[in-house]
Amino acid sequence: MENTYQFKEAMNRPDRLAPGHRMCAGCGGTVAVRAVLRAVNPEDKVVVGNATGCLEVSTFMYPYTAYEDSYIHNAFENAGATLSGVETAYRVLRKKGKIDETYKFITFGGDGGTYDIGFQSLSGAMERGHDMVYVCYDNGAYMNTGTQRSSATPQYADTTTTPAGKVSAGKVQVRKDLTAIMAEHHIPYAAQTTFTSNFKDLHTKAHKAIYTPGAAFLNIMSPCPRGWGYDPSELMTICKLAADTCYWPMYEVVEGKWKMTYEPKKKLPIEEFLRPQKRFQHLFKKGNEELIGQFQAEVDKRWEDLLKRCSL
Amino acid sequence: MAIRERLSGNEAVAYAIKQINPDVMPAFPITPSTEIPQYVANYIANGEIDTEFIHVESEHSSMSATMGASAAGARALTATSSCGLALMWEVLYVAASDRLPIVLALVNRALTGPININADHSDSMGARDSGWIQIYAESNQEAYDNFLQAYPIAEHKDVRLPVMICQDGFITSHGVENIELVEDGPVKEFVGEYHPEHYLLNSKEPMALGPYAVSNYYMETKRAQRQAMLNAKQVILEVAARFEQMTGRKYGFFEEYRMEDAEYAIVLIGSAAGTCKAAIDQIRETTGKKVGLLKIRVFRPFPEEELAEALKDMKAIAVLDRSEMFAATSGPLGAEVRAALYQAKAQAEVVNYFYGLGGRDITVDDFIEVYDRLEEIARTHEIKDMYEYIGLRSR
Repeated sequence: MENTYQFKEAMNRPDRLAPGHRMCAGCGGTVAVRAVLRAVNPEDKVVVGNATGCLEVSTFMYPYTAYEDSYIHNAFENAGATLSGVETAYRVLRKKGKIDETYKFITFGGDGGTYDIGFQSLSGAMERGHDMVYVCYDNGAYMNTGTQRSSATPQYADTTTTPAGKVSAGKVQVRKDLTAIMAEHHIPYAAQTTFTSNFKDLHTKAHKAIYTPGAAFLNIMSPCPRGWGYDPSELMTICKLAADTCYWPMYEVVEGKWKMTYEPKKKLPIEEFLRPQKRFQHLFKKGNEELIGQFQAEVDKRWEDLLKRCSL
Repeated sequence: MAIRERLSGNEAVAYAIKQINPDVMPAFPITPSTEIPQYVANYIANGEIDTEFIHVESEHSSMSATMGASAAGARALTATSSCGLALMWEVLYVAASDRLPIVLALVNRALTGPININADHSDSMGARDSGWIQIYAESNQEAYDNFLQAYPIAEHKDVRLPVMICQDGFITSHGVENIELVEDGPVKEFVGEYHPEHYLLNSKEPMALGPYAVSNYYMETKRAQRQAMLNAKQVILEVAARFEQMTGRKYGFFEEYRMEDAEYAIVLIGSAAGTCKAAIDQIRETTGKKVGLLKIRVFRPFPEEELAEALKDMKAIAVLDRSEMFAATSGPLGAEVRAALYQAKAQAEVVNYFYGLGGRDITVDDFIEVYDRLEEIARTHEIKDMYEYIGLRSR
């Protein structure tokens, strides 16, 4: 297991996702994919899986693929099952002496394909313990179809199916906590992370996820400039604010042991994370202070719960 | 030497799977196909085969995992029935478009609404446009024989399409019949090793599968699938010829029973053919009327010209559908047989019946009535009701 992160070495590895794809400027999705694939040992082969979504339609538009490795997209809700078939085939063919190389199996899905429509397929693949990593690039809505609400969408977000209006403050419900649900599958490795400072946290977790035998789940908050409404150049700032407000805690669950991997020196108020995003603009109108208070209370509650779990 | 046995249709297909020893089988239980994965799991548990079983959480996932395994370069298969096939619907189309030579052991069962576990063809008929080859069986023997022929058809370089091997739920899947099995050695030789040309785990040539194709490319993909279906006709016959050399059992697109001099014909699919043959023998023996049967074996690709050629000189034809399509006109087989006859400018009168939905029995007497009606239609040229139900209770 790699335990020292060398920024320069990692960043100088050849990209396994080639430039020239059609993802937006300032999109977190491709940042997540490149960072995860950088954590694969350069000599190892990969089969990349992908649920339908922005990533799929923008990186594999016939006749061009942006992937240096083998890649399979099947449909929206079955990335988990599809890659579990690939991984099983690998084990059989290796046993039969038809393949010598070491392959790693990594599938990417947005929150739509992971939290929602692909939830069952993901759960099945994790429960069966395939030697694969499921990576969710969570941008908190169905972005490929134009920012519709998902179960990963935070409360009060203005989406195209939960628009903020005269009598609506955006999405009513709070987010599903998928990383915890995946950890409760008792898989050997589950973690959540995002893009911070020199990518050490993401790189380390991705490497652990890929090289831990068995099923692993990685949830990467991957902001979407179109859906969230921020300037593309602000991607890293938004991610840092998500971590520093404890909106998006960074932690891992290794063999059932919960461990916080980042604790902000000073926990910032949630407004710091909400203010730069258009989707929360309505919360800053006069009279909506209570909604921000509720948002803060939800963040605090989850953070305290997580601290408790990590102290056990 | 052939092996004489007594097996149910499910056992027969499972035995064929054992002999083929495929690489990966994801499956989810559903009556009446459940026994097939159960038998396979037992073969695995006793070290009789090398197949890896994937205990998926649904049929959508069983087809998806089968596709993943096949794309990776493995020989993969699954089994299902009814709603299980319906849940696979979306990915059936992807499998065909991806040109994955998957085999699906389908045990036909009625689709729910109301829930029913018995035989009809509403499941596979609903999937008839998905791009899969569909081959149907009358008996356990045929289910076994068809299954052995599946991979050589699916994996042929001019075809590369998924194949559905269909048999009637309970009637053949659970009915135990005498059967003649082929020995392991000849089966292995007949089916052969699988050597995929392009696959995900080929380190010399990484492959990307399942692209987004805009309108500039989508249509060519569909045309290519059509070509594969056209090519499949020849390949199905070649494989059948090889099979006949091995076993002496002859297969084609359809079976003609006492059609040499027939004037009245029934066209149907599946196990009801056995009852129909009994009726034909009885009618011919007692009345001398020239009645015959055309039993469809290959429904996809549809053998349009061959079928029309075989039927064109009939005086009257009854097409029996074991599934509704709620066009408020014909059933799927009725519509396609009529279209074939129209194209061939055949003069035969054609009526369409629905029978056996949700496992309703069809008897020798029912068939005798149908042949009587055909004779009357040929005499009067009057068809009062073009689409009728056989065996429907009046209340």
